[in-house]
Amino acid sequence: MVGYLIRRIVQAIIVLFIVTVITLALVHLFPGGPIRAMLGPRATVAQVAYYNQLYGFDQPFYIQYLKWVGQILQGNFGFSAKLNISVASLIAQDLPKTIVLVALGTIVSLGFGIPLGMYQAVKRYTVGDYVLTGVSFLGYATPTFFVGLLLVEWFAVDTHVFPPFAPQSSSLLGVLSQPRALVLPVIAYAFVLYALWSRYMRSSVMDNLVQDYVRTARAKGAGERRILWGHIFRNSLLSIVTLLGLSLPTLVAGAIFIEVVFNYPGMGLAFYNAALNVDYQVLLGFTVLATVATILGNLLADISYAILDPRVRYS
Amino acid sequence: MSMSIPPSEGSLPAHVAEPEPAEPESAGALTSVEAEELGLAPAFKPRSLLRRGWEVFAQNKLALASLGLALFMIGFCFIGPLIYRTDQVHTNLQEVLCQPSASHLLGCDNVGYDVLGRLMLGGQTSIEVGVAAAIVSVLFGTIYGALAGFIGGPLDAFMMRLVDAGLSIPYITVLIMLSVIFHPNKGVMIFVIAVFYWLGVARLIRGETLTLRTREYVQAVKVIGGRNSRAIVRHIVPNAIGTIIVQGTFAVADSIIILAGLGFLGLGVQPPTTDWGSMLSGGLQYLQSSQSYWWLIYPAGIAIILICIAFNFIGDALRDAFETRLQRR
Repeated sequence: MVGYLIRRIVQAIIVLFIVTVITLALVHLFPGGPIRAMLGPRATVAQVAYYNQLYGFDQPFYIQYLKWVGQILQGNFGFSAKLNISVASLIAQDLPKTIVLVALGTIVSLGFGIPLGMYQAVKRYTVGDYVLTGVSFLGYATPTFFVGLLLVEWFAVDTHVFPPFAPQSSSLLGVLSQPRALVLPVIAYAFVLYALWSRYMRSSVMDNLVQDYVRTARAKGAGERRILWGHIFRNSLLSIVTLLGLSLPTLVAGAIFIEVVFNYPGMGLAFYNAALNVDYQVLLGFTVLATVATILGNLLADISYAILDPRVRYS
Repeated sequence: MSMSIPPSEGSLPAHVAEPEPAEPESAGALTSVEAEELGLAPAFKPRSLLRRGWEVFAQNKLALASLGLALFMIGFCFIGPLIYRTDQVHTNLQEVLCQPSASHLLGCDNVGYDVLGRLMLGGQTSIEVGVAAAIVSVLFGTIYGALAGFIGGPLDAFMMRLVDAGLSIPYITVLIMLSVIFHPNKGVMIFVIAVFYWLGVARLIRGETLTLRTREYVQAVKVIGGRNSRAIVRHIVPNAIGTIIVQGTFAVADSIIILAGLGFLGLGVQPPTTDWGSMLSGGLQYLQSSQSYWWLIYPAGIAIILICIAFNFIGDALRDAFETRLQRR
């Protein structure tokens, strides 16, 4: 187990190294370099040169990289020239709000996806299964932002049931104090994720239903309910745990679209605005943060999988 | 794995020469599949993998309907403009946001373009970029994954760590950065989408290759002294063709959604080119107004959903088709 852990952690560090190099290299791809892109075409050559020196872009790439990583390790993510605050404080301000959105959306989608996926597997090839499969396919095929647009059109513009915008407060408490405004963003976010969970749950439960341990449980006289929840549910959770860890890029992507559609003041919206304004320090900081989260997610998925399923450790 | 060591120069002629005299007698003892792999003429031509796949596919009514829908959408976008002629070059400020009517079946958008005609034009971009990005990703991912899986060892480990690294980046952040950097046209957009999509394909094909390389007929190529490239191109890839086609189908749907997402953010293909996502982006501003401009939202959104559902169903049916083939064997 310890060997397995060490191997996975070393791999994660290597991956992190590759990703940070790629991310920093991306910044140099801006036409004329990041400083020219940030200052705009009317800045003089001397100004560009001055800021290039100030931010260390005149130095070799590996020195830039080491300095940048060193600063990040000290919690310094750079400074947003456009917003006039440090990226770290921007993250501290916006990240909790995004986490609330992602967590609520994930919980709601799991709450529907797991039981309905199990229902589909047990009642497979019935009308109910086909209808729910149709819903999942719809979820797969519908872009996140279009779900958001439709919800706004139906429940805000046409019927005025919910406000069309997400809570517009800069603080986390302010956001939480407007639960009505959170409903549409969370539903839109959850709908797309629901498709993911329910389909995996359906196939996972169907795989498990024909396993020997289910037959054994039946032979010992266990009731269907006990077989389903005591045996199959627990085994199928394995794939959901892994999937959850692996789907962080999807969660991030969903968050960006939902935040743009509903103008939700989270990290996704801040990233989008930074991209439009070529605020490269914000772009770098957010990308690194999201990447670290993804790698940690993968690592946690692997570790929990190894804890839950001893067979993995020995492969 | 001593078999993976290529025969030395000296022993090579012996290996090559050996099977030749034995050929006529041993051919009868081989199964048709093995005979085919050895390059011998089989006694009868077995139905090809694609043909058997198609037979299963054709029994699936939903799949056939989806195929019909996809073909209809493609025809709508590429042949439609020849029948339903609209001016998609000059803006017409007199007809801004006009209601659907006999002259404009789906009304006009915020600069006076006919929405139905725009839907066809935008669909051309969506479909072209989606299909091209799918082809590029699947081609590159297949070559990369097959190479890594077949060669194995440290090179495989290194190549797969690169794929892991790529898959660990929340792709949307880099897609957005790339779009901002390049102000993409159609060609760049294909590259931007494929740059991430090939990773997943590579991982899948590598997994497939790992199982295929231990098969007898692949080992036989090595024993006979065939090159790695021959084993990959002639044996591994054809046997993984099911996975490759299924992935390609899903890739089309996913690429269209990614393109639409970037278009919606205003970062997709740049004007005057448009796609379904960019059309929705235009509709967002009018969503909050008192009057409902439904024709700015529903047509493009439904078009995206329809084509993605079609390609997803086709992919699913293809997977069933190829899996059934495996079970039957």
